Amino acid sequence: MTSAVDALAAGPVLGLPLPELWFALVFALLGTFLFLDGFDFGAGAIFATLSDDEGREAVLSAIGPFWDGNEVWLVVFGGALFAAFPSVYAGLFSRHYLLMFGILGALILRGLAPEMYEQRHDARWQRWWGRSFVAGSVLAPFLLGAFAGNWLVGSPRSLTLVGVVTGVAVTALTVVSGAAFLRLKARDALPETVTEIGVAAVAAYLLAVVATLGVLATRLPAGVDALLSPPVIALVAASVGLGAGYAVALRRGASLVALAAAGGLTYGLIAVVGLLMYPRIDPATGATVGEAVVSTLPLNLMSIGAALLLPLVVAYFAVLYSAFSGPITAEEAY
Amino acid sequence: MPERAAALRRDRDGGARRSDAPLQSHNDMIDPVLASRFQFALTTIVHIIFPVMSMGLAPFLIYFTWRDVRGGDPVYEQLRRFWTKVFAISFVVGTVTGIVLEFEFGTNFAAFSTTAGELFGGPLAVEGMMAFMLEATFLGIFVFGRERVSDRLYLVSSLAVGVGTWLSAVWILIANSWMQMPRGYELVSENGDEVVHLVDPLAAYLTPRFGYMYVHMQNAAVESVALFMAAVSAFYVYRHHVRGEETEHIAFWHKTLKIALVALLITAPLQVLQGDLYARHVYETQPQKFAAMEAVWDTEAYVPEYIFAIPTDLSQFTDPRAKELFGIGIPGGASWLASGGDATAEIRGLNTFEAAAPPVAVVFWSFRAMVGMGFWFILLAFWGGYRWYTGELFEDGLLHKALMASGLLGFVAVELGWVVTEVGRQPWVIQGVLKTSEGVSPGLTGAEALITLAGFVGVYAGILALYVYVVSRVIRDGPPSVRELRSTAERDAAPTEVPGDD
Repeated sequence: MTSAVDALAAGPVLGLPLPELWFALVFALLGTFLFLDGFDFGAGAIFATLSDDEGREAVLSAIGPFWDGNEVWLVVFGGALFAAFPSVYAGLFSRHYLLMFGILGALILRGLAPEMYEQRHDARWQRWWGRSFVAGSVLAPFLLGAFAGNWLVGSPRSLTLVGVVTGVAVTALTVVSGAAFLRLKARDALPETVTEIGVAAVAAYLLAVVATLGVLATRLPAGVDALLSPPVIALVAASVGLGAGYAVALRRGASLVALAAAGGLTYGLIAVVGLLMYPRIDPATGATVGEAVVSTLPLNLMSIGAALLLPLVVAYFAVLYSAFSGPITAEEAY
Repeated sequence: MPERAAALRRDRDGGARRSDAPLQSHNDMIDPVLASRFQFALTTIVHIIFPVMSMGLAPFLIYFTWRDVRGGDPVYEQLRRFWTKVFAISFVVGTVTGIVLEFEFGTNFAAFSTTAGELFGGPLAVEGMMAFMLEATFLGIFVFGRERVSDRLYLVSSLAVGVGTWLSAVWILIANSWMQMPRGYELVSENGDEVVHLVDPLAAYLTPRFGYMYVHMQNAAVESVALFMAAVSAFYVYRHHVRGEETEHIAFWHKTLKIALVALLITAPLQVLQGDLYARHVYETQPQKFAAMEAVWDTEAYVPEYIFAIPTDLSQFTDPRAKELFGIGIPGGASWLASGGDATAEIRGLNTFEAAAPPVAVVFWSFRAMVGMGFWFILLAFWGGYRWYTGELFEDGLLHKALMASGLLGFVAVELGWVVTEVGRQPWVIQGVLKTSEGVSPGLTGAEALITLAGFVGVYAGILALYVYVVSRVIRDGPPSVRELRSTAERDAAPTEVPGDD
């Protein structure tokens, strides 16, 4: 056993560039959260535009079996950051103290609402839990976006221009995903306006991305040059293409294609953030990935754990989403 | 980050050292260290209720689902559906309050997270991937999917959710037990910071403490839920049989009471027997905590164990001292407990430790109350078992009242046990390595900490009230009627429309 520990402490497993892989994994986990729980958030925002009981129930039924699992990606993102880059986790979370508790508060409002909404069927009760659901669903992605923007520019403050524009972009992006998801799951119960909301959201998202890039050009140390690297240009161009494809697909009723495009947009956004940040991982302190990462032994152990567990997690989600594939039926009340 | 790094190690333990800590502005409304401690205590104390409910319900739900899927007595479908409602609401509230705890390590205890992250972050990350993911995905199927999936996949889902909740506790307690009994690490200086480096993962993650804690916690969860189930069913049984008011679904409540009693008969004695071993282990590994549990200030032999201690004045309550207490003491009992059978064994007193003693009164009285409840639960279990044996289980009104009064006491005992564990190891956050006061985020201001603390007091009071309200409604509404059940509908080949699970 000791020899196994010695071997694990000697060097990275299989000679892999583990610090970089963990940097990528942390952002991939954040992206997965923003995509999966993103369509729940987006559904929550669209919920606000519905006034009829049938439509509102349909939104809650559509996300009912999924949202709790989707939210766990945030827990895993936090855990991975903590385990691989503890000083970054500690620095970021304590620096943006009130922002983090804002996110937690929004998640509480959103998480309690679907369960509470169905507890009583009187109008006042449901009106208030509906508001809680909408407020949580809109605030959570906005504050998460602000967190990501502040992280990228290394701001010591939580309320910044780059935070606000990134927050708007991420919120719009969740509405993009939410519209496609609702079209897929609850087409019959919802009005056609959901499609138009999705198309408007994707336009708003692209505009917000342009605004974010404009602000970033003045805030990043490398300035405009950072934004003009080929991979970033390619990702931004791909986002425009995906946005157009999303709008066409959603209008034609190809909701699954539209949802996939929304996923592409989400991972594209996260990839841009990661690319702009690398090789640093905490721009506020200037710490690089190599400096902030834990030592070899725990990194190897974590890598083996993640390599074994994450495929299983993907399998759980596959089982869950296939069990509830296709549109919800009228009997499936929340 | 040299400036932050230097600040990370600054002792913020209040008192004399505070004056030379430049990060502290003099107009802080409240000490951020104190506010962070209160906030973490509050958020943990509220959060633990929900995992205890879900972990405790898990084995019952797996059993109910198995019996329901196998077919036969429709009461098992009622049991599954009724208790799944309580489980689902507990899980949701547990999720939203649990994420808070993970975040608080970073927001409020950044210095701790930086120092111990290499060793402490791993179990939390694995908990998310291995356990929380398993629970949260299969919960969707378990709560919403009865009509969507096959019997087999449904049974698998109940197992996955149950195993997931218990695996969650494995990783959380691995992390916690290391803080109680740190091993397998070395302290390395990084940028002037002392940082924990993992050296021997097996020693660090599989401390003997973990085994004691895990058995004690999981058994406590099942025992607490058994007491809760017994109280709810005793209420309906009492109303029907003793008060003579016709009650719906009385067969369901009979069944619930019997199942709860069986669980209580197993878990209640086990909890006390295993707790005895656990206390001995604490004596060996955390003597300061043990001394606080027994309020022993000076090192002494032949220390009595006060089963009932009655403070004769306020000072004995706020500052208990073993030798001065008035009560029923077993001569040499505490020595016997510590040493595993030697009534003359010596117990090291609190005065002999370099670190300041934890709040002894809190630890001493919490420990007593918890142990007292543990014995009361055994009495309840045997009382109920005896009435069942004599065929008077549904007629003994006094038993019903005792069960009703004890319905939440399991949860109270769990809270008290955690108070003993966590307050008892103060001032250390990592025993002997890092003080709690040194673990707090260096940049945190008193104003920020006060805002979130006040927010949590309000929000968590609201969440608790909502939880109590919703669970009370579920209990008031009772189980679904037999004619609404899936099994009944199938048997009668009734119209295909089947009501949803909720």
